Amino acid sequence: MNGVFKRTYSYWFLLPAGIIYLLIFLTPTISSFFFSFTRWDLSDWQYIGFENFRMFFREQSLAIGFRNTLIYAVVTSSLKVVLGLLLGVLLTSKLRSKHFLRSIIFFPTLVSTIAIGIAFSMMMHPTEGLINSALSVVGITGPDWLGNPKLALLSVAFVDVWKGVGIALVIYIAGILSIPEDYYEALQIDGGTGWNKFWSIIVPLSRPATHSVIILSFIGGLRSFDLIWTMTKGGPGFTTDLIASIIYKQYQGGFYGLATAGNVILFLVVAALAVPLNLYMNRKEVDL
Amino acid sequence: MRRVRSFGFEALGVAFALLVFGIPFYFMIVNAGKDAKEASLLNLNWPTSPQFWDNIRTVAETRDYMLLRAFVNSTALTLFSIVVLILFCAMAGFVLQRRKGRASPVFEFLILSGLIIPPAIVPTIWVLDGIGLFKTLLGLILVEVALGFPFSVMLYKNFMATVPREIDEAAILDGCGGIRLFFRIIMPLLQPVTATIVVLSSVTIFNDFTNPLYFLPGADNVTVQLTLYNFQSQFVTQYNLLFANILLITIPPFILFLIFNKRIVAGMTAGSVKA
Repeated sequence: MNGVFKRTYSYWFLLPAGIIYLLIFLTPTISSFFFSFTRWDLSDWQYIGFENFRMFFREQSLAIGFRNTLIYAVVTSSLKVVLGLLLGVLLTSKLRSKHFLRSIIFFPTLVSTIAIGIAFSMMMHPTEGLINSALSVVGITGPDWLGNPKLALLSVAFVDVWKGVGIALVIYIAGILSIPEDYYEALQIDGGTGWNKFWSIIVPLSRPATHSVIILSFIGGLRSFDLIWTMTKGGPGFTTDLIASIIYKQYQGGFYGLATAGNVILFLVVAALAVPLNLYMNRKEVDL
Repeated sequence: MRRVRSFGFEALGVAFALLVFGIPFYFMIVNAGKDAKEASLLNLNWPTSPQFWDNIRTVAETRDYMLLRAFVNSTALTLFSIVVLILFCAMAGFVLQRRKGRASPVFEFLILSGLIIPPAIVPTIWVLDGIGLFKTLLGLILVEVALGFPFSVMLYKNFMATVPREIDEAAILDGCGGIRLFFRIIMPLLQPVTATIVVLSSVTIFNDFTNPLYFLPGADNVTVQLTLYNFQSQFVTQYNLLFANILLITIPPFILFLIFNKRIVAGMTAGSVKA
């Protein structure tokens, strides 16, 4: 039977996907570690040690990407957790309009990031834009959302949350709906309030959902490129550059070794933050 | 009284959601129908003399019908990537779930790495260049497949666990080999996940901007997201055309959303919430 088993579930089935994955994903990933130590123009390379990495941390215009990426990932993922959870609680209650609301909040996740980036850049125009026009009606002079170096990164992060909160929401809805009714009944018998229900049942028991939302949006935030590139191109100056946008700039400039070092740094950041985060959250998970 | 008040709150909530999530889309739509001068005001007024059709035609004709070519390219990219993705990932998921051996943890690790590791851009170009596929549609298809592989295999593998092994055993006793078992019996049973992956991947690949930007540059091979990016610098004074373009390329995902809303949500939550 063992021979039949091995013949039926032959490893040949893995071969087509395996070849593509090995060639297009694993080979570049592994070779990136080598090329990040070189000066490189695709055909010729010259070993230069840690020079690329040193450059990444010494040059102000490159080092800022490191900080911005962390800020961006932390801000977007924490806002998605909070808003996703609150909206999730709201849209699993007895609202009549919950299906409509879920759909309208979810739809932006399916729309092109470039389209949304362009539309919001115009809405955030300092004088003509909708947002500041609306603010001026109530007598507030709105800031230059994308032109102010202190604000621009957060403005883009806000658009990221607007576009992505729908995914957090549907994950939370699935998580909250999977909590067994018994818990709510027990709470009712003990005379608990709505506040107790939220803090003592929903928050702890939807932890698997929280876990997924944090991991998905945190990794997504660290790798984010297209939105920042459409909205600010890293500007004004270098103030909103993320690691991913720096990689693109260095690639355009023909600094392939430097761009690859950026990729390796991004890899290390993701591995150093996401993996421990994942392990930590796995330990804290409770069984339903 | 209480009911009236709760209804009031709900109406307020709906109005707020419409304001926050509806207005950006309304903004895109009205501006796609204005003339250049009116669109430069960036307001929400309905166009005084709507010219949606004219704008759409102008955008379509720009740069020698670039947008139409882009639609053909994006459709081909999406279609071929999905066919390859579905076939190869279903095969892999089938064996990975059924055959547990010493190599299993290694495969698990490789799939998980693919979900987390950001793809190394320039080395990928180097590999594609080496096999002569850089700047080709086939090369980009391979990239989309390689990047979509971990998620799709995971979905297939999880679903395979719900297909009873007795089905395999009965087929094997009847003399079915692995290939026939997979294509005739298993693949049809995987249909629900296949549908999920088709819908999710088509939205992802159709909306993909970063990979075409790196791996398929050049005006001949342009994809829809890149037209928008190119027109962004060309139409700096003609926002109406930019928005007409946005309107056009949002239609395919919108149709998918109308038909497969439930399936998309199911797919997005399937991989992330543990049972």
